Amino acid sequence: MDIITWTYILVGASFALYIGIAIWTRAGSTKEFYVAGGGVSPLANGMATAADWMSAASFISMAGIISFAGYDGSVYLMGWTGGYVLLALLLAPYLRKFGKFTVPDFVGDRYYSNKARVVAVICALFISFIYVAGQMRGVGIVFSRYLEVDINTGVIIGMCIVFFYAVLGGMKGITYTQVAQYCVLIFAYMVPAIFVSMQLTGNPIPQIGLGGTVADGSALLDKLDGVLQELGFAAYTSGRKGMVDMLAITLALMVGTAGLPHVIVRFFTVPRVKDARLSAGYALIFIAILYTTAPAVAAFGIYNAIDTVAEKPIDELPAWVTNWQKTNLIKVDDKNGDGVVQYLADPAANELSIDKDIMVLANPEIANLPNWVVGLVAAGAMAAALSTAAGLLLVISTSVSRDLFRTFNPKMSEKKELRIARLAAAGAVILAGYFGVNPPGFVAEVVAFAFGLAAASFFPVIIMGIFSSRMTKEGAIAGMLCGLVFTMAYIVYFKFVAPEMNSAENWWFGISPEGIGSIGMLINFVVCMLVSRFTPAPPQEVQKMVEEIRIPRGAGQATGH
Amino acid sequence: MDQNTSKKLYWRKNLQTLFSLLLIWFVVSFGFGIILVEYLNAIKLGGFKLGFWFAQQGSIYSFVILIFVYVYRMDRLDKEFDVNEN
Repeated sequence: MDIITWTYILVGASFALYIGIAIWTRAGSTKEFYVAGGGVSPLANGMATAADWMSAASFISMAGIISFAGYDGSVYLMGWTGGYVLLALLLAPYLRKFGKFTVPDFVGDRYYSNKARVVAVICALFISFIYVAGQMRGVGIVFSRYLEVDINTGVIIGMCIVFFYAVLGGMKGITYTQVAQYCVLIFAYMVPAIFVSMQLTGNPIPQIGLGGTVADGSALLDKLDGVLQELGFAAYTSGRKGMVDMLAITLALMVGTAGLPHVIVRFFTVPRVKDARLSAGYALIFIAILYTTAPAVAAFGIYNAIDTVAEKPIDELPAWVTNWQKTNLIKVDDKNGDGVVQYLADPAANELSIDKDIMVLANPEIANLPNWVVGLVAAGAMAAALSTAAGLLLVISTSVSRDLFRTFNPKMSEKKELRIARLAAAGAVILAGYFGVNPPGFVAEVVAFAFGLAAASFFPVIIMGIFSSRMTKEGAIAGMLCGLVFTMAYIVYFKFVAPEMNSAENWWFGISPEGIGSIGMLINFVVCMLVSRFTPAPPQEVQKMVEEIRIPRGAGQATGH
Repeated sequence: MDQNTSKKLYWRKNLQTLFSLLLIWFVVSFGFGIILVEYLNAIKLGGFKLGFWFAQQGSIYSFVILIFVYVYRMDRLDKEFDVNEN
């Protein structure tokens, strides 16, 4: 069978599976819709969290980014995993004990203020929308590359699928679909990685293969360093970014991860505080399987690409190069007319340009794997994009129905609230689809925004809300706003107002816009503490609540009222 | 020991656990993976330079272990202070 038939079969089968699960796990109450009834086992929740968290970007693009950034790519690996330590130790158990449905819920109650709640809702909506637009685009791209349909048709098919199970099933449906999606995506990621590792290093475990030796007996990484330096690039294992910037970006990504509302909300779905801790551990294991394989895929990919394409005659290039040339993801341009491909660091003489997404998407073809593996990668990429999109849509719908409507209309019946939640989810799918079809040019730029924002707004206020009972509403609102405005101003200035200034010598302390969220976070912490010292202490019952969430016993089920 | 001092002691022990685990969290990622990476790269771990290994592999394994150590220690602490859930 050819690639396209396999792709139709595997993608179709995975979609049928997700829809089947959605019908089987239909949500009947707001509690089931928001937090899956609070009865998800820690293992299943860990898997769902992993699928929720690993987006199209993790699946398709991350390995390729590392291929070209080498050591500098470590910021993503450490940043997007280290945040789970913060989540597990500092947030998840206490928020589970608090026992409501959303992050704005916590902010609003802990800071006894609807103003604080509204600021939190706006942040949550903004972060989630930025993210979901990117996911929809990812779905469209996968469709157009593998199924040869128009990218817009791809987005619309993706919208229908997500609409179906997110609107119908709510958190309950999403959770169990995400468990299935995790299995699909991790299998699809690992199979080609294992084969490639075998072929290159003789070791089936990519994590070990990365440190293994290639056919001529030299270590893969040393050889890669040598080859890249010969071509005029920096060595793979050494960094080009400044150390302060590396530290700042890593911290911003870690703290941003811990502050993302669609990740936090997953820990409301387990029955006990104990399960919330354990579940964070399982989630990180499931994430680490992909995140420790990605650097191996990255190094194998760039090694293979240079090995099979550089210095080869143009009419003897392997089939995958010609296949992917059609999609413009790989471009060969014989500038000096010698009929041979030169891959060089100097842009004037370089004749080969490779898109980062190739490292994962074309991996099975580069390694000459059977056609079904190609179809599998397509299904995996789709699973990664859909699961993240669904998680985000849920945050959006919950924020609207619960944090906005319920706050200003507390007497609303549960049935009505559920209807509003479903309508909000439907509206969000359509809006996300619109952005998928007409992507704003700045999607890639604003991802840094989402993390910076989460780091500079939510993280400090939640932490202080748990670890200091003296923290006041004035402190929280001032802190969130200062962190937010500072981070936004810095990013907007360097990305949109004066992009020509966006280079290391103009940055404050050498910190790039990607890393500035960590400074925003510090500002938030400092403002929070200072303002709280000079404002009246929180009411007695709030201080009592803080005492309460520190003790696991009596967590009970998440409640709405 | 009355209930209030017991709760305070529980919280203090919790904070101690957090502090020591977060110290390790900081050292394996920011320390070994970024600040000390040049020094550690002089050491080889199989085909890896050690600093590079920490940045792209070791720190992630350490994170997983840290969370499970935390789960284990908190479970014991909860039982010791009789604040565990059944």
